Amino acid sequence: MGKTIAEKILSRASGTDAHAGDLVVADLDFIMGQDGTSPLAIKAFRAMNGSRVADPARVAMVIDHSAPSPNEGVSALHALMREFAQEQGIHFFDVGEGVCHQLVPERGHAVPGDLVIGADSHTTTYGALNAFSTGVGSTDLAAAMLTGKLWFRVPETFRVTCRGKLPAGVYAKDLVLYLAGRLTADGATYMALEFAGEAVSDLSVEGRFTLSNMAVEMGAKAGLVACDDKTLAWIKEHSSREPRPANPDPDAVYARDEEFDVNELVPQVAKPHTVDNVVPVTEVAGTPVQQAVLGTCTNGRLEDLRLAASILRGRKVHPGVRLIVAPASRRVYLDALADGTLAALVEAGAAVVTPGCGPCVGTHNGVPSDGENVISTANRNFKGRMGNNKAFIYLASPATVAASALAGCIADPRPYVKEGR
Amino acid sequence: MAVLTGRVHRFGDDVDTDLIIPARYLNTSDPVELARHAMEDADPAFASRVKPGDFVVAGKNFGCGSSREHAPLALKAAGVAGVIASSFARIFYRNALNIGLPIFEAPEAARALKEGEEVAVDPVAGRIRRLSTGEEFSATPFPEFMQALVAAGGLVPYVRRRLAERGGRA
Repeated sequence: MGKTIAEKILSRASGTDAHAGDLVVADLDFIMGQDGTSPLAIKAFRAMNGSRVADPARVAMVIDHSAPSPNEGVSALHALMREFAQEQGIHFFDVGEGVCHQLVPERGHAVPGDLVIGADSHTTTYGALNAFSTGVGSTDLAAAMLTGKLWFRVPETFRVTCRGKLPAGVYAKDLVLYLAGRLTADGATYMALEFAGEAVSDLSVEGRFTLSNMAVEMGAKAGLVACDDKTLAWIKEHSSREPRPANPDPDAVYARDEEFDVNELVPQVAKPHTVDNVVPVTEVAGTPVQQAVLGTCTNGRLEDLRLAASILRGRKVHPGVRLIVAPASRRVYLDALADGTLAALVEAGAAVVTPGCGPCVGTHNGVPSDGENVISTANRNFKGRMGNNKAFIYLASPATVAASALAGCIADPRPYVKEGR
Repeated sequence: MAVLTGRVHRFGDDVDTDLIIPARYLNTSDPVELARHAMEDADPAFASRVKPGDFVVAGKNFGCGSSREHAPLALKAAGVAGVIASSFARIFYRNALNIGLPIFEAPEAARALKEGEEVAVDPVAGRIRRLSTGEEFSATPFPEFMQALVAAGGLVPYVRRRLAERGGRA
């Protein structure tokens, strides 16, 4: 019987012939925690009588959710992480390095065929690199650091095949918002998503990160993409590790299998307060916005900043809008400085904040006021998400966010975009 | 584990982790402090109304969103004896088992139980009984490995015991 990507990677990592439904204990290739989850993990690690992490070279901690620290409570949690990282000799990314989901792939810690866990739900991101990567909580992170292993239920796979070519002005973000709307917020719960089809192959690796990042918004355990020449070229540029591509067998068994034609897709927007509340941009165009956010683990990469800059260059952000930009990492920040992208954004009126999660998690960097509307490239629009339960969050692509920042209301980016991608 | 008896607090579908414990309170990992803000953005009065031993009952996809373990911790520290829902988001499911918060995937019970009524729950057998009528509902049983985790009281005691058995090394 053929295997899915998930079954292949979990078989290799557990040394068993694993199929959907099996429970396996598997060796982890990389383990990550951020400042929202690591402090509890350190407590649990101690409570387990842990003294040393199994393999410090395979563990990273990242300060990105509240960076730099907005208050003394968080400062104490950060100090605990710094002390633990130093004591254990693990990889440590302090304030200003960037978002964990940018850093793990950018620094070469996730390659095709890997099994990765992170104490952050958007750890599904590295599925774009053909790695099985999934989010866990703090106690799982502690057990993983201590033993180098973790238990998994081998998930069934839901294959989503995207046929056709994305039209001009329509991007990976629009595609994944559209899928979230169609599959719903629990449409893939306990399952792995496999993204396939020429519309996925056509995406850059950066675009695939956006897709895999939001797999969890459909409840999925992983958001996997097959390994191809683009993946291998990207890995060669970012990692010295040897990839172990795990592509699905032609006779792999899928629990669900659906095809979507993307030829006519238009820019999509997720309305408050759920990610699957998705409509075409035309339906909400004209809705006033007071804040626009460009960044996060979904859309804070160089490609995203360049796309927004291509719309904002030589223009001015609407006087009623605050445009906040958070580059995904220091490297993205430097690249965007070097090629003039950031200058274009700042001249247009953007406020640039520290590389990291920015205002997405509601701890700092732009908490909206009561009744305000925010349009953001982030992945979540839950009530209270950005720190105020009386604000309204709309999710969209970097192009739609840029066009909306100019207009002062939600706007269709297509008039600004000349050719297809 | 003994049978647990408490009152029902009802919530809807897709209760996300930002509703269970908003990120603005994650500047601490002290369970008592977290408990003060449990479910705050869904029901600001919840923390003051909930009594030790009560149950949270909800629809589908309970705990969707972030991986923050503060979510099940806040509920547990608020005195919640368990969560009964039609379905759970997977990270919340794992986190709840890991920290020893009993959870029950029981769609019929989740649909039927009313705000404020009393239930008796047998966590081992996965039986939920409505006290007013004696009507019973069953929860999806845990696989064997997870039963061991639940019986140990969560992943911390489970790992500690396993390591001790192996002479302290992973």
